[in-house]
Amino acid sequence: MSPDLLMLIGKATLDTLRMVAIAGFIGALIGLPIGIFLATSGRGELFPAPNVNRAVGLIVNATRSTPFIILVVAIIPFTRLVTGTSIGTKAAIVPLTIATIPFFARLVEAAIRDVDRGLIEAARAMGATPMQIVFKVLLAEARPALTLALTMTIVSLIGYSAMVGAVGGGGLGDLGIRYGYQRFMPDVMLIVVIVLIVLVQLVQSAGDRLARRFDKRSRKT
Amino acid sequence: MTVSTSPIETGDAAVVFDGVSKRFAASGQSAAFTALNDVSLTVGRGSITGVIGRSGAGKSTLIRLVNGLEKPTAGKVLVDGVDVGALDEAALRELRRSVGMIFQHFNLLSSRTVFGNVALPLEIAGMDRRAIDERVRPLLDLVGLADKHGRYPAELSGGQKQRIGIARALATEPKLLLSDEATSALDPETTQSVLELLKRINAELGLTVLLITHEMEVVKAVTSDVAVIDKGEIVERGHTFDVFTHPKHETTRALLSGLPGSKLPEAVARDIRPAAAAGDRVVVRLTFFGAAAERPLISRLIQSIGAEVNIIAGTIDEIGSKPYGSLVVAYGADPETSGKADRFFAENGLTVEVLGYVA
Repeated sequence: MSPDLLMLIGKATLDTLRMVAIAGFIGALIGLPIGIFLATSGRGELFPAPNVNRAVGLIVNATRSTPFIILVVAIIPFTRLVTGTSIGTKAAIVPLTIATIPFFARLVEAAIRDVDRGLIEAARAMGATPMQIVFKVLLAEARPALTLALTMTIVSLIGYSAMVGAVGGGGLGDLGIRYGYQRFMPDVMLIVVIVLIVLVQLVQSAGDRLARRFDKRSRKT
Repeated sequence: MTVSTSPIETGDAAVVFDGVSKRFAASGQSAAFTALNDVSLTVGRGSITGVIGRSGAGKSTLIRLVNGLEKPTAGKVLVDGVDVGALDEAALRELRRSVGMIFQHFNLLSSRTVFGNVALPLEIAGMDRRAIDERVRPLLDLVGLADKHGRYPAELSGGQKQRIGIARALATEPKLLLSDEATSALDPETTQSVLELLKRINAELGLTVLLITHEMEVVKAVTSDVAVIDKGEIVERGHTFDVFTHPKHETTRALLSGLPGSKLPEAVARDIRPAAAAGDRVVVRLTFFGAAAERPLISRLIQSIGAEVNIIAGTIDEIGSKPYGSLVVAYGADPETSGKADRFFAENGLTVEVLGYVA
């Protein structure tokens, strides 16, 4: 394999990491509060707003049920508005972020809902404000589950990022399609797949380890 | 216990329920239902008052009205003369910081250490780190878990978890402690030690305790006053000792029947009959309180009737810190022996209940 190809693979890996990191970071930052809202705004909950809850839920579902490749194309005007371009790695970050937000939000919602209701009641009985309950109880108790949610989100993002080659997004997926498939270079395809597998493995095991460290529920005396 | 007639002037009462009803509106598949119906009850300052009832009787709703986790649909709940139902959220939070609460399933944060759990209500109240540290350490000493301060709840036993729950409830130095089935998830031995702790903090800190439970053992062990709740209504109330020794309502009797010593042994229960045949022995339950519980009653009974006495079942116990005994004995049903026995019982002030006759 030529050094040029290795350079290409190296650059593609960096592109993928950059896309995943930026889209993951912004997506989680926006998805987290949305997820918390979804989990706490039902009738009789901390921030009761059942109608807004339903509306947000609807938007989240709509975004999640749109196939990613269609989302990429559909939001091109928005992408251009944000980044000034509709092609390239920078442009690819926009649809990746948009897809991450609802994905992560739903996982956050599930993680928060999983916190024992008794803890919310105990905190209310202590005179906690709803915000204190979110920060001191819900987020603290859900930390292991949130860590796993973020892990799952990043792994999905790595998968999604392979599709943004369609808009010239670059990255490993793009390389695999253009060289491995279209130019029929199976060795490139193989390396791309191996790098992706290693990436996913690293993310998953780091996430698992972190979640285990945060989880104090199963310690034995 | 007395029914309060004036809603704001609560005198010696820490908590007053004044004609309180709680009705849950129908929602989704669940029909509307009345959890509490016109409940009036006073919790004396410094007392340990118990509310006992079967599950679904409304006791959880009752205790949640005190710190405003539920709001009454009619009537008033006064805590130190303050109408809880009329408070806005901010005032309610202020009140809750002066009312501690402990729970059946402890409700400790699994992500926080023992220390962190006890510190939580103080953090919520906005206390600074050093003050929290100074407050938490003596509390851990009080509940006997100072050596566990860096442990996580998952590393503790049920009894230890409830002790942490108690320390946490006491952190804000409340005047009132609400106990929601706090010992129901614990084994009998641990229950006793947790109840001892409640008794001690009641005595040492002068804390008023309102506890709800479905276990008569709990009421018997720690409360001075008790109310029996059934289908959302208070059916009986009074000093614990009086209610135990002279239960009036059927629900109270049913709840009492679960206590040890209150049931006849299987073999006797099977053979007992309501009318006497020749040569039968009469089976009676003797109940005695206070000083009588400490006298050698049986040997004197044998002496005064001059006949054999069989002891069938018996228990000597304490109710509301007063000695109490219950004995089931059998002796000759012939008029002479019975007559002597009746005179002996009358002289000694014993309550006698004829249960039946056995051969």
